[in-house]
Amino acid sequence: MSLARTLALHLRKDLRLEWRSKDAANSMLFFALLVVVIFSFAFDPLAEESRHIAGGIAWVAFLFATIVALNQSWARELRNQVLDALRIAPAPANALFLGKTIANFIFVGIVEALMTPVFVVFYNLRVVGSGWQLVLVAALGTWALVVNGTFFSALSLRTRNRELMLPLILFPISLPALLGMVLATTNILTGERSPADWIKLLSVYDVVFTTVCLLLFEIVLNAE
Amino acid sequence: MLSGTRNLKPETRNALSFLTSIQRNSELAVVLEGISKLFGRFAALHDLSATFPAGRLYALLGENGAGKTTLLRILAGLSLPTRGKVRVLGGVDPRAERARIGYMAHATLLYDELTARENLEYFRSLYPERQKMRNVDALLDSVGLARVDTKRRVSQYSQGMKQRLALARAMLQSPELLLLDEPFSNVDVASVSAMAGLLGDLRDRGATLVVITHQAEALAGVADEWITLRSGTIMKREASPGGKSTSMGNER
Repeated sequence: MSLARTLALHLRKDLRLEWRSKDAANSMLFFALLVVVIFSFAFDPLAEESRHIAGGIAWVAFLFATIVALNQSWARELRNQVLDALRIAPAPANALFLGKTIANFIFVGIVEALMTPVFVVFYNLRVVGSGWQLVLVAALGTWALVVNGTFFSALSLRTRNRELMLPLILFPISLPALLGMVLATTNILTGERSPADWIKLLSVYDVVFTTVCLLLFEIVLNAE
Repeated sequence: MLSGTRNLKPETRNALSFLTSIQRNSELAVVLEGISKLFGRFAALHDLSATFPAGRLYALLGENGAGKTTLLRILAGLSLPTRGKVRVLGGVDPRAERARIGYMAHATLLYDELTARENLEYFRSLYPERQKMRNVDALLDSVGLARVDTKRRVSQYSQGMKQRLALARAMLQSPELLLLDEPFSNVDVASVSAMAGLLGDLRDRGATLVVITHQAEALAGVADEWITLRSGTIMKREASPGGKSTSMGNER
């Protein structure tokens, strides 16, 4: 059985489940919108300073949205103990992991796409640097969050306070990526410095953590 | 039946069929050697040894907490014994044989948001293409769900319908070893009878079945052996009067 075919199966199933249940989508959008609006109350969004902090605010909003998506991601498999059926099936475990990661990437990506115009309006933003770099940073940063998040969410599945455990594990391990995505976004929005070094850091981070997660996922999946 | 037997006399063919059946029954589907399973200091299974010859239906009885579900999860490869060895379908690691094992748990192992067909087709696709898989329509028909509205999601099914669909999911890959954890709970009397008949048919086609149940009467006339667990060990093991009899193995 090919990895690509099984991956596509898991991905299609996750997208279909989310489309029908809207478990994650509504909460993700609500959280992201809440962060944007509340921060806009805290300071004058028209000030030049907002350009410097908008990158950080955007990633706080997306981080919350990601955590919501990640918590729902494996919760679906725990209802009716479907995870046991997946564990007993002879399909490659990595296909399940990648299918879930890509599904989460799509969910967070959609929230980012929907929230971007809101950011632009609320914070009076105008991209000074290259627009394509912003898209690249968003993609690399989102992948960094969802690949680790999907892995650690699976790891914390059997813990009692798994919804609390996930951010506790995920935030420290994601710090280098968070630093990279916030500073790269700020550099692109202000145009003061080149974001190239931060983009390289994010790329290396993504490659390393995707590889490590793929190597370890089967052990995590089959742990009792 | 062996190929090339078409030209044989009927008596010879019957004898061959009989010999094949003896050979099949003499194979062991499950061998347990001194299995213990500890959860902290609690022993769910305690030094349990037994053999399960292939092609038979075993009814697993016992009070709550006797270790039945733990044993079934170990056979399915979902849990590892703390001590002892398990051999399933000739392999030393049940996980390596999982394509040949069907498992129905106490929960349905189904997605509530999907329809019956979507669930079965999804799980069907997780098995290798070379594996002989059951036809989804035929399977739904066999558990009496063929005429249910195809757009109806599993969340809208009654508990009994979910149980029948769960059984269909467990049978998808024509398993050689089928492990069922209380398949008859919440199922109406007529459906229980139909499901028991279905399990009997599977056994007759050569599958080995281990069925946990609190409704022993449902398997009367179908089960070949009754095994009673208490406190993680086998207390009693007896063959059905009309069932296929084999040696009792080395259980305690």
